[in-house]
Amino acid sequence: MTSHRVSTYLAPRRRLQLASLLTAPVLWLGLVYIVALAALLVTAFWTVDELTGQVQIEWTTENVVEVFTEALYRTVTLRTLGIALLVTLIDIAVAVPVAFFMAKVASTRLRHLLVIAVLAPLWASYLVKVYAWRALLSSDGLIEWAASPFGGSTPGYGLVGVVLTLSYLWLPYVIMPIYAGFDRVPDRLLEASADLGAQGWRTLVSVVLPMIRPAIIAGSIFAFSLSLGDYISTKIVGGATQMLGTLVYDNVGAANNLPLAAAISFIPIGIILVYLAAVRRTGALRSL
Amino acid sequence: MSKSPSRTALRAGLAATAVVSLAACGTSSSDGGSEAAASLGATEGSVSILAWPGYVEDGSNDASVDWVSGFEEATGCMVDAKTYGTSDEAYQLMQSGGYDVVAASGDLTLRLIAADLVAPVNTDLLESYDGIFDFLKDKEWNSVDGVSYGVPHGYGANLLMFNTDEVTPAPTSWDVVFDKASDYSGKVTAYDSPIYIADAAVYLMTHSPELGIENPYALDEDQFAAAVDLLKTQNASIGEYWSDYLLEIQAFESGDSVVGTTWQVIQNSISSGNTDVVLPDEGATGWSDTWMIASESEATNCAYAWLDYIASPEVNAQATAYFGEAPSSEAACDFRDDCEAYHAGDEDYASQIWYWTTPVSDCVDGREDVECVDYSEWTKAWQEIKG
Repeated sequence: MTSHRVSTYLAPRRRLQLASLLTAPVLWLGLVYIVALAALLVTAFWTVDELTGQVQIEWTTENVVEVFTEALYRTVTLRTLGIALLVTLIDIAVAVPVAFFMAKVASTRLRHLLVIAVLAPLWASYLVKVYAWRALLSSDGLIEWAASPFGGSTPGYGLVGVVLTLSYLWLPYVIMPIYAGFDRVPDRLLEASADLGAQGWRTLVSVVLPMIRPAIIAGSIFAFSLSLGDYISTKIVGGATQMLGTLVYDNVGAANNLPLAAAISFIPIGIILVYLAAVRRTGALRSL
Repeated sequence: MSKSPSRTALRAGLAATAVVSLAACGTSSSDGGSEAAASLGATEGSVSILAWPGYVEDGSNDASVDWVSGFEEATGCMVDAKTYGTSDEAYQLMQSGGYDVVAASGDLTLRLIAADLVAPVNTDLLESYDGIFDFLKDKEWNSVDGVSYGVPHGYGANLLMFNTDEVTPAPTSWDVVFDKASDYSGKVTAYDSPIYIADAAVYLMTHSPELGIENPYALDEDQFAAAVDLLKTQNASIGEYWSDYLLEIQAFESGDSVVGTTWQVIQNSISSGNTDVVLPDEGATGWSDTWMIASESEATNCAYAWLDYIASPEVNAQATAYFGEAPSSEAACDFRDDCEAYHAGDEDYASQIWYWTTPVSDCVDGREDVECVDYSEWTKAWQEIKG
């Protein structure tokens, strides 16, 4: 009875329907996410008691000025950007052929198997995968064993290790949107291109790539932003490498300097905002 | 194992009949400081402990290494333990709350006391306290103005670990990780905490006497800059910095690290058999640890029971032997056969180790004409060293 009464009451009131539907998620996004983030960023302008590490509400721009003027943060920002870009490029280079094969070449049965294969690593914990890479990269690991007969050796723990590990971790997030993008390219366009005398390469560059560009950009957002904030992989396979994420982590965990950590977090947030703005101009956000 | 648990049980039983009056709540008292418990009551059923790896063993790492079960049986306090890798990490965890007891080194204790995160400890309530070496009691790292904030646990030195296949002859000096580090480039490891700057300072005390370093935790601008420069040079040879002791064990077992600073417990845990440890000629930094009780603890009786239990000779002997450090009492040596190796009770030897201390601007070596570099500068410099 009650539920019937509620639905009769709500039926003509469209706005109320919408309001009751959206209140909870909007509150969640607004309060829990944006307000919490803003509260964190505000602490960048506070100070910290040097012995006890307790945050004190005394306004200062010292932390932010320090982050934007000291050489350490410039070096680490450039290194992090470089890693994120490299990881994104590697992932796209691997994902495009794989996604093309899945969408256009493979039989339906094989395609389903490949989708499962691509998504399967996501079922394993992030930590398990990173520790697996630690074992792989180790000097008595699989990479060393496979490369040593050819005079090679493992890159060990460091920049290369971080790039390899992150590229592996984010690959499914890049393959899936690009696969969806290829799937949306009608086969008859490829045939038409061939009928008009275009070779494979020409078809790829003039017909396929313009159509899947938004999908590639969508995939790059995942690889780029996830790499930009990562600190756990860096701690485990990065050797002595520092990234923006580890600087934030060390300032919270080791230095007990939350204001400085908040000030550092302005850097990746700024980079991501610029990146998203650039992406928005390409129109790729609509295909996410 | 039988003697101390039964004693503790007896005491807990007696205490249960006593009046429960605890004043361990720090935030409400007018002076802002916490007060020690005046007497004990019934145990609460569980206690949450934050400690260095190897301090709270319940047999899950090694079936023969277990002193937690005896405590749980004797007191009914179920132990929930968490380990940490650096004092800074422990400080952060203590700030987040939820722990009743913490094992803190000297570079952590004063910070905990200053932030009112730990309460004074009424040592009269602890039966085991009397037997503890006098030279460990009421020190600047475990008491303030004569008020004790905890029970000494053990002390030892940060050692130099090396791979016996790769590093020959066996080193006797820290120079293998400093001036000669490039011989092992990419395979040198160092402790990932700002306090490691003191290790460089200890090295400079011997090798650059003109700097006049008297105490590695009291560095003026010039001395500090020299230590930082040494570490920046070392950075080029570092394979990885460690703070997770399990990662260091794995790195030495696989040969990814061949030389670097370590703890005895890590050497004890390495199964590959091609590593050894040495206390180099320059001396070393080290630790003297204290069991403390959180000011916000709601399990004070279990916390006191733990402090008493872990300081009792047999248990203290087990725990300190497992970690590889000197015990806190003469009686504990009756349960260990390696006390001499750790110079337990040897006051002169104990004074040769530079125990971790929080660097503050009032130089701890007593100099008054200069200001020393404080710990917040150490943490900034540490990030610059890592680059």
